[in-house]
Amino acid sequence: MLTFMNNSDSEEEPCNERTSLMSAESPPVPSYQDGLQASEAGEVQAHRKRRTGSSRSPNNVADGDMSDSGVPVRESASENEEEELTLKYGAKHVIMLFVPVTLCMIVVVATIKSVRFYTEKNGQLIYTPFSEDTPSVGQRLLNSVLNTIIMISVIVVMTVFLVLLYKYRCYKFIHGWLILSSLMLLFLFTYIYLGEVLKTYNVAMDYPTLFLVIWNFGAVGMICIHWKGPLQLQQAYLIMISALMALVFIKYLPEWSAWVILGAISIYDLMAVLCPKGPLRMLVETAQERNEPIFPALIYSSAMMWTVGMAKPDTAARGPSQQTWDAAEDGRENHRNPSHADSRMSETRNPVPTRPITSFEELEEEERGVKLGLGDFIFYSVLVGKAAATGSGDWNTTLACFVAILIGLCLTLLLLAVFKKALPALPISITFGLVFYFSTDNLVRPFMDTLASHQLYI
Amino acid sequence: AFFWLVSLLLASLIWFISVQLSDREDAKLQYSLLVFGAAVSVLLQEAFRFAYFKLLKKADEGLAMIGEDGRSPISLRQMAYVSGLSFGIISGAFSFINVLADSIGPGTVGIHGDSPYYFITSAFLTMALVLLHTFWGVIFFDACEKRRYWCLGLVVASHLLASGLTFLNPWYEASLVPIFILTFCTGLWSFFTAGGSFRNILKCLSCEQEGDHRVTMYSALQVPCED
Repeated sequence: MLTFMNNSDSEEEPCNERTSLMSAESPPVPSYQDGLQASEAGEVQAHRKRRTGSSRSPNNVADGDMSDSGVPVRESASENEEEELTLKYGAKHVIMLFVPVTLCMIVVVATIKSVRFYTEKNGQLIYTPFSEDTPSVGQRLLNSVLNTIIMISVIVVMTVFLVLLYKYRCYKFIHGWLILSSLMLLFLFTYIYLGEVLKTYNVAMDYPTLFLVIWNFGAVGMICIHWKGPLQLQQAYLIMISALMALVFIKYLPEWSAWVILGAISIYDLMAVLCPKGPLRMLVETAQERNEPIFPALIYSSAMMWTVGMAKPDTAARGPSQQTWDAAEDGRENHRNPSHADSRMSETRNPVPTRPITSFEELEEEERGVKLGLGDFIFYSVLVGKAAATGSGDWNTTLACFVAILIGLCLTLLLLAVFKKALPALPISITFGLVFYFSTDNLVRPFMDTLASHQLYI
Repeated sequence: AFFWLVSLLLASLIWFISVQLSDREDAKLQYSLLVFGAAVSVLLQEAFRFAYFKLLKKADEGLAMIGEDGRSPISLRQMAYVSGLSFGIISGAFSFINVLADSIGPGTVGIHGDSPYYFITSAFLTMALVLLHTFWGVIFFDACEKRRYWCLGLVVASHLLASGLTFLNPWYEASLVPIFILTFCTGLWSFFTAGGSFRNILKCLSCEQEGDHRVTMYSALQVPCED
């Protein structure tokens, strides 16, 4: 299978981290609160336009107070307040999610449009072994479907493996995996990226400087992501590695396979999160039972996180310390595939499904944020990047996909506010994105081009 | 922006189908199909603006019910402005971004005999269109709110007029100047619709501070009312 990889640059299996759930904060829910929340969800306005994505913790805090008195009389008032709070924080958090998603997409699109390397075909990943250089359309379609099946099954296997590891508390293994994978992303892919950018702009750089820059970048990144660091720096690093990963996908996935994979992954995401036996749902529920946050290094969080003590939730640090996640809860998963062990570097795959449902009991108001899995960032950027790369150099297609993805994200956040549990962030956005890509590329583009050539405006 | 995109999608679908069904070779027919497509697109844009108004109205009611003092945090006027602005931005972006991208590359404008002022006139036209969409948004929402349907008709007619004027395009005096006059008039109209008046302008220009000479008492139990 190594023969499929005939690339000029050193490129092994990239980290294929797959985090495609959108998390909502949902604290552990005692049974009586379920009833309250159900009634509250029922009271939610159907036409709420403000996207709310904030956590439910204020709700639960209020419910907790209610529970002592056991009186539902003030329930509606408190629920109104909660909704008010939810709305107030919700809109802010939606914007807080828009900004990183937009930044990631901008980085990817800018790179695709300027650096030729990421649009050249230089071989394929071993996860997509079938080539698309076939003479007939049917054959090509078949190959892309087969590629998709292989890719998705690899992802499913990885996810199940991860969930099993988590269930049987093999934390060290998971952490090691995640650390190795983020090492590779931060050092190797950055090196390649920097090399290509410098080549494009014909900038000379000597190796000592390069080594210094990459060493600093990577070391600070590892610390920020896996340990503690300023929130904005951590967010910036997460955006950068998502963009790098998306660029790798754009380069190494063949055309049609990429689109079919995007579609298939959103369906998988839907099933994995919502089905009762779905791996991601089980991951979330296990984490909830144990009152642990899940792999924070794989989640982008839009707000400050309080430190969560794993052992004793009720004595967790309640002070408004603005620290990021504990080192105990990090990492990205790496998977060593034994069949490729003979390759000189570790191939790492990350099918990480991360659903950050962080169990917060402590939650003092201030900054509760929404969390979005990094895989979501990656696949959104892959869609927009592919649109930029292959849309015949057309910016309209890129813009249309961008708007579609953001609207899908809004709708998902709206649903999150309504349902208040972990939801997949991929399906709606990717569906909109795909629909808009194909329709804009085939229908709108000729129309707008013809109009523009006559300088007509509509 | 999303709504505008959907309307554009539908319009180009209609145009595409009409082109496929027609004779490719006939240039006149293609041109008239283009005109038809543009007109359909304008009508669809306005229809989607109306649909967006309905959606925002419902959202406004919902927000008002949840709100603290029975009002929603953003007024319908602000929503009208934002909606018009976003229609304008996406419309301008779609019209102009490919031109911008091409303007970076090597080339000569108008080498085949077209006007050499293509870029600058495109820029001005796009600006006018963005402003026009903003103004139309404000007027449109206000007209729907107050049920003045003749205003609605006038907005649609002026959109058709603006789009039609661009058909005169290499003859820039006939297209640019009227469009700018139209923009200016629509701007004035929307300013008065949004509640502006000469006194407001004077007050704004003289930078008066309100409430300088008043002492306001706040009750501890009441939220201070916003003037």
